[in-house]
Amino acid sequence: MAFSMTSEIKDGVGIISLNGSLDASSAPQLQAAVQQDVNAHVQKLVLNVKDLEYIASAGLRAILFAKQKMGSAADIYLIAPQEQVLHTLEISGFDQAVIIQDEYNG
Amino acid sequence: MLERIDVHATHTYEGYKLRKGRAFPFGASFVPNGVNFSIYSRYATACSLVLFEQGAAEPLVEIPFPEEYHIGNVFTMVVFDLPYENIEYGYRMEGPFEPQNGHHFDRTKILLDPYAKVIGGRDVWGVEPDWNDHFQHRGRFVYDDFDWENDNALEIPLEDLVIYETHVRGFTQHPTSKAKYPGTFTAIREKIPYLKSLGINCIELMPIFEFDEFENSKTSPVTGERLYNYWGYSQVGFFAPKAGFAATGQFGMQVDEVKTLIKELHRSGIEVMLDVVFNHSAEGNENGPTISYRGVDNKTYYMLTPDGYYYNFSGCGNTLNCNNPLVRNMILDCLRYWAEEYHIDGFRFDLASILSRDQNGAPLANPPLLETLAFDPILAKCKLVAEAWDAGGLYQVGSFPAHGRWAEWNGKYRDGIRKFLKGEAGMVGEVAQRVQGSPDLYSWEGRGSTASINFIAAHDGFTLHDLFAYDSKHNEANGENNNDGGNDNESWNCGAEGLTDDPEVLSLRRRQIKNAISILLTSQGVPMFIMGDEIGRTQRGSNNTYCQDNEMNWFNWEQAEQETELFRFFQMLIAFRLAHPVLRNGFFLRGEDYMGSGYPDISFHGTSAWKPDWSSDSRVLAFLLDGKHARGGTVQDSHIYVAMNSHWEGHSFGLPELPDNLQWYVVANTGVAAPQDIWEMGQEPLLSDQTYFLMGSRSVAILIGK
Repeated sequence: MAFSMTSEIKDGVGIISLNGSLDASSAPQLQAAVQQDVNAHVQKLVLNVKDLEYIASAGLRAILFAKQKMGSAADIYLIAPQEQVLHTLEISGFDQAVIIQDEYNG
Repeated sequence: MLERIDVHATHTYEGYKLRKGRAFPFGASFVPNGVNFSIYSRYATACSLVLFEQGAAEPLVEIPFPEEYHIGNVFTMVVFDLPYENIEYGYRMEGPFEPQNGHHFDRTKILLDPYAKVIGGRDVWGVEPDWNDHFQHRGRFVYDDFDWENDNALEIPLEDLVIYETHVRGFTQHPTSKAKYPGTFTAIREKIPYLKSLGINCIELMPIFEFDEFENSKTSPVTGERLYNYWGYSQVGFFAPKAGFAATGQFGMQVDEVKTLIKELHRSGIEVMLDVVFNHSAEGNENGPTISYRGVDNKTYYMLTPDGYYYNFSGCGNTLNCNNPLVRNMILDCLRYWAEEYHIDGFRFDLASILSRDQNGAPLANPPLLETLAFDPILAKCKLVAEAWDAGGLYQVGSFPAHGRWAEWNGKYRDGIRKFLKGEAGMVGEVAQRVQGSPDLYSWEGRGSTASINFIAAHDGFTLHDLFAYDSKHNEANGENNNDGGNDNESWNCGAEGLTDDPEVLSLRRRQIKNAISILLTSQGVPMFIMGDEIGRTQRGSNNTYCQDNEMNWFNWEQAEQETELFRFFQMLIAFRLAHPVLRNGFFLRGEDYMGSGYPDISFHGTSAWKPDWSSDSRVLAFLLDGKHARGGTVQDSHIYVAMNSHWEGHSFGLPELPDNLQWYVVANTGVAAPQDIWEMGQEPLLSDQTYFLMGSRSVAILIGK
């Protein structure tokens, strides 16, 4: 599975859309995007994961990296995760670090 | 700021960038841009690091440690730019193969790092491994970036614990658990409401360090089922959680899953104690597999006879050399790691007496390992509990070197209460000691009643139900001709062996379970029972289910829904215990009135008040706890009177008179049918005649004065 990603900052909110498979080889891209958002001092990070089909531990760690970089006051939204991604989040306990929603309404 | 220069390589080997590493910490740990590897071996002459892509049969590369990376007996190096998500590692050691001198070096073996924090190779429970793979248990790397938020060990005082012994897989593997991922750490999270409802505040997990369920696996000649190393008392590695117990084992995320479970249990006020097995390893004797220790430094890790054979004080083929200074440090490193990194609240040490033997197997007066653990600053608030015996004949219940810290599984509590319950005469004197927390065993050196972990049934032996359903063990399904498992069960089948539909037998069994838990939960000391005893779980007469991955060991959640009577009895009695500090003094009672209340802190009675019958044919005993003496008079509590009749006939018990117009109310009476066997707090019925209490045959009653 290929991986692609878009990243933008809109009204102080970091919006990253992920597509395909987030694994050890693709996680550094997400981490770099997160670092950019952190440098821009965003207080909210929205990850659109509707089209993310697979997440490996490296991918989850990149999300955790975001949480720890942004601080506990910042919110990370995970929008419309697919079943496999949601399960992996739940059983590993990563679901507690993020806000999971079907859609993001600003 | 200047950039650090130690993050750059000084050497290269087949394209891999290297630098001399740091000896500490042992194991594999992340450093900027790389991984630091460090392993010690006293007798190895050379070592190489073997790296694999995850799951690959052949190594990616094998990097010999350059001579200058060998500091003392430690091999250490940093490898830069490793794609570490996808790497597994091991070591190859060079050295003498001289079994008669204790050396088993074998350069054909790839060895697991004794300090590996994640171990691959048995990622999903019960999936048959590829036996042609010459590297079965593979080290992986671990992050320590888990978000614990504000969690910490709970530090519940030992005297306030109610311990529930649990097997990770057994708790939720039964189809009736309806867990999303049965048999896993994450599935326990789904059952936290059940644990809270029961009211226990500590779960003790049977071994969760990596083990090989396929060790000694075979087919049962009786059932035709595959037998596994199910309990897991045989560690492959001491630093890694059992991958096959994790729903995320296949993703290598078991560390996160275990931590998430612990965090959630802590949030619910439940401590986590681990059953740790440092007495032996999974490598067996001379004929066992070489996984790690044997090939890394056999003479350091194992107790050897003068001819180089393995001492077998564990009954499992080898004995870890616990008082070798290096092994001692490994055990300390391991426990510190679990306490600090996993927020573990306490440890129960399997066959702990082995930890008190010297390198030749002789018991030590002051074993350095036990002293080290007792005084360690990181373990300072952890519970340390010893199974104070071993398979080599050392029995130290009451004499385990405690340093004011160690508690013990009180095997004498189990045996004494069992004998009393089945109606053996001459037990009353011993029962008086046991319900006080066994001062006869533990009152020396300032130990308190918290030295005594009281239990009547545990994973070894019958369940509480089977204790009253079987006269003898039925271990045929293990395929050892019923020769395994203990024969000193002190059990009684109540009139029919095993399954029966005789209502009288069934009713007596139920009463006996209630009698047992009533005594357990009103005894001073720390109560423990095993998962499922609260719903009458049976192992069909087996007292040694170590290899049974089936209904014999699985908690049946449908049964839990049906067996509300026993569950309710346990639940309400636990609540009663936790509501009354007078049941949970951390120190020994004196049998004296030092508060001027007119009553000693504890007094014993018989069928006549103030006149216990200590004679050799007596089977009745009652005790009265004075609430004004609760916790040395520092808190106020009620008077609690517990009457125990293990005679097959009913008896009238004369009641001690209460002061200040207080009156006796009935909390529990196992001689009465449910739901009047136990009463909600505040709903206890007033006793119509305050001078005596009529006890049915084989029953226990608890009264409260208020």
